[in-house]
Amino acid sequence: MRRYLVRKLIIYILTFFVAATIDWILPRLVSGNPISILLSKMSLQPGTYNATYKLYMNAFGFNRPWWKQYLTFWTALFHGNLGISIYQFPKPVTSVIADYVLFTLALLIPAILLAYFAGNRVGAMAARRKLLDNSVLPVSYLLTATAYPWLALLLAFLFAAGGIGHFFPISGGFSYGLLPSWNWTFIWSLVTHWFLPFLTLFLVAFGGWAIGMRNLIIYELESDYTHYLEALGAPTRLVRRYAYRNAVLPQLTGLALSLGMVVGGAVVTEVTFAYPGLGYLVFQAVGNNDYFLLQGIFLFIIAGVLIANFVIDIVYVIVDPRTRVGISGA
Amino acid sequence: MGLTVDHLQVCYRTLRGDVKAVDDVTFSIEDREIMGLAGESGCGKSTLGNSLVRMDVRMRQLGGHVELDGKELPISDSRAMRDFRFKEISIVPQYAMSALNPTRRVGRMVAELLKARGFDYKSALPELERRVKLVGLDADILKRYPIELSGGMKQRVVMVISTLLNPSLLIADEITSALDVSTQRAVGEMLLEFRDRNFVKTTMVITHDLSILAQVADTILVMYAGKLAEKAKADVVINNPLHPYTQLLISSLPDVGIRHDEHTLVGIPGRPPPLLNPPVGCRFRDRCPFAFDRCTDEPPFVEVKPGHSVACWLHADGALPSGGV
Repeated sequence: MRRYLVRKLIIYILTFFVAATIDWILPRLVSGNPISILLSKMSLQPGTYNATYKLYMNAFGFNRPWWKQYLTFWTALFHGNLGISIYQFPKPVTSVIADYVLFTLALLIPAILLAYFAGNRVGAMAARRKLLDNSVLPVSYLLTATAYPWLALLLAFLFAAGGIGHFFPISGGFSYGLLPSWNWTFIWSLVTHWFLPFLTLFLVAFGGWAIGMRNLIIYELESDYTHYLEALGAPTRLVRRYAYRNAVLPQLTGLALSLGMVVGGAVVTEVTFAYPGLGYLVFQAVGNNDYFLLQGIFLFIIAGVLIANFVIDIVYVIVDPRTRVGISGA
Repeated sequence: MGLTVDHLQVCYRTLRGDVKAVDDVTFSIEDREIMGLAGESGCGKSTLGNSLVRMDVRMRQLGGHVELDGKELPISDSRAMRDFRFKEISIVPQYAMSALNPTRRVGRMVAELLKARGFDYKSALPELERRVKLVGLDADILKRYPIELSGGMKQRVVMVISTLLNPSLLIADEITSALDVSTQRAVGEMLLEFRDRNFVKTTMVITHDLSILAQVADTILVMYAGKLAEKAKADVVINNPLHPYTQLLISSLPDVGIRHDEHTLVGIPGRPPPLLNPPVGCRFRDRCPFAFDRCTDEPPFVEVKPGHSVACWLHADGALPSGGV
């Protein structure tokens, strides 16, 4: 068991190293220069541009050889320093991310978890009820095949822009007229702004879980151990409990991957609703050639996916005895 | 009392029509009798066995009825059957290797099953452990997961579970097919032991392997293409079979001491007829070396000697006046 975990841990550390390296390379392959974008936002005197450009190139270290930049990246990373943001110059990347990360977590974690539980339940119910199956299945296929921005626009049109009514605000994380503070007006503003992006993410994910669970349950109910239980007169309740418990195992992996992606935010949905989460921030970082911010967010995503996978590896050992045998055999 | 099956007809519903896998089958098994049900793949023997326990959604009972210990078995009513299963009638399925829930410890699965059926696991545990030891396993296998057991161990565990409530009828479906020869012999001895200790009253052993029947069976019933071909005491079927199909089946078995590079092992040429639209008359006549004019009519399954019934025109004229079984 310990050997298994240590080996897994080494694999995850190696993966992190490779992924972080790719994360460092990718923004630098994009054409354009972050410094010129930064300077274009400053109203500089005509004669001072070249001098300022040189100064900033020096300060950010872009004029040093690439391997030196790469080493600096790792040294800084171990000191918890992700660099200075260009998009929100001169704020450090860590504090920019801190401003946005709570919105993303509050949006995605409930959406993912609720969709997971509701989708699994409904899918399992549909698996052996013809009438329910005939309605749940097509609706689920429709939902899961829907593009996030399209559903987001549809919901915004129907519930925010007056298609059916003006129940919800159309964009932002809270009303511009409010200052963040712990009073009911502000919290209510947060909730109303949160609802439509949440609903978008929930509905699309719900369809996927429901279809997956339906198929898994049908597979389990046709398996040999189910037939044996039935041949021994086990009541439907017990048969379905076993089927559900076994069918949920592959779904757990999917849940772990979704939760790992949480820190990346939901780019298109957040952009559509101008919701100030990490996804929205990625979009801004790309637009501003903000190497450091982009690097920082991607590092979060990499760490999130790896940690979620590691956790699910451990959970699997607990819930599925077959993995345990694999460990001692491997 | 035993089991009485009377003119039972079971078919599979398919898009092209009904496939009659069990066609007008009549037989009975006495108390303490072990009956072997033999035949080649697709002859309907497993369908017959399964239909007595649990019909799946494709199966339909077209006619006939089944009695166990004088009580009618509602085999086509899955809900009503639930009460009989496990207590009165039980099965060791063909797929015993994969019959246990992979994510439950064996003991816990049995506990949950017993509880769901209204029995108390705690009070059944000593007997369960005793029987587990009886079949040569350690009592702590109940604390293990199915994946930690070998194929032969799973087979024995399933046999113990299936017979735990001392059913009147045990259906053992191809229980030796996936085992090596020495384990096959041990499983055969278990069947006899279970009968001798009254764990089961009557047993039906479904197999294509006549050698296991020679070891355990009191009587043998041979099926061909959904119909009964021959039924008699085990030694009579093996040593003096009357039906040409049984004769060919027995003669195609390898004999001890014969070198088969000198005497080629012969099979039965041809293949069984399709059961979707079976031909009229004797179903074996296309492959039968003795077929003659009369075989275009269906031969009746009649008793030709005491305790020996056969469905063949070669022997029909010698039928005993009582007829049938």
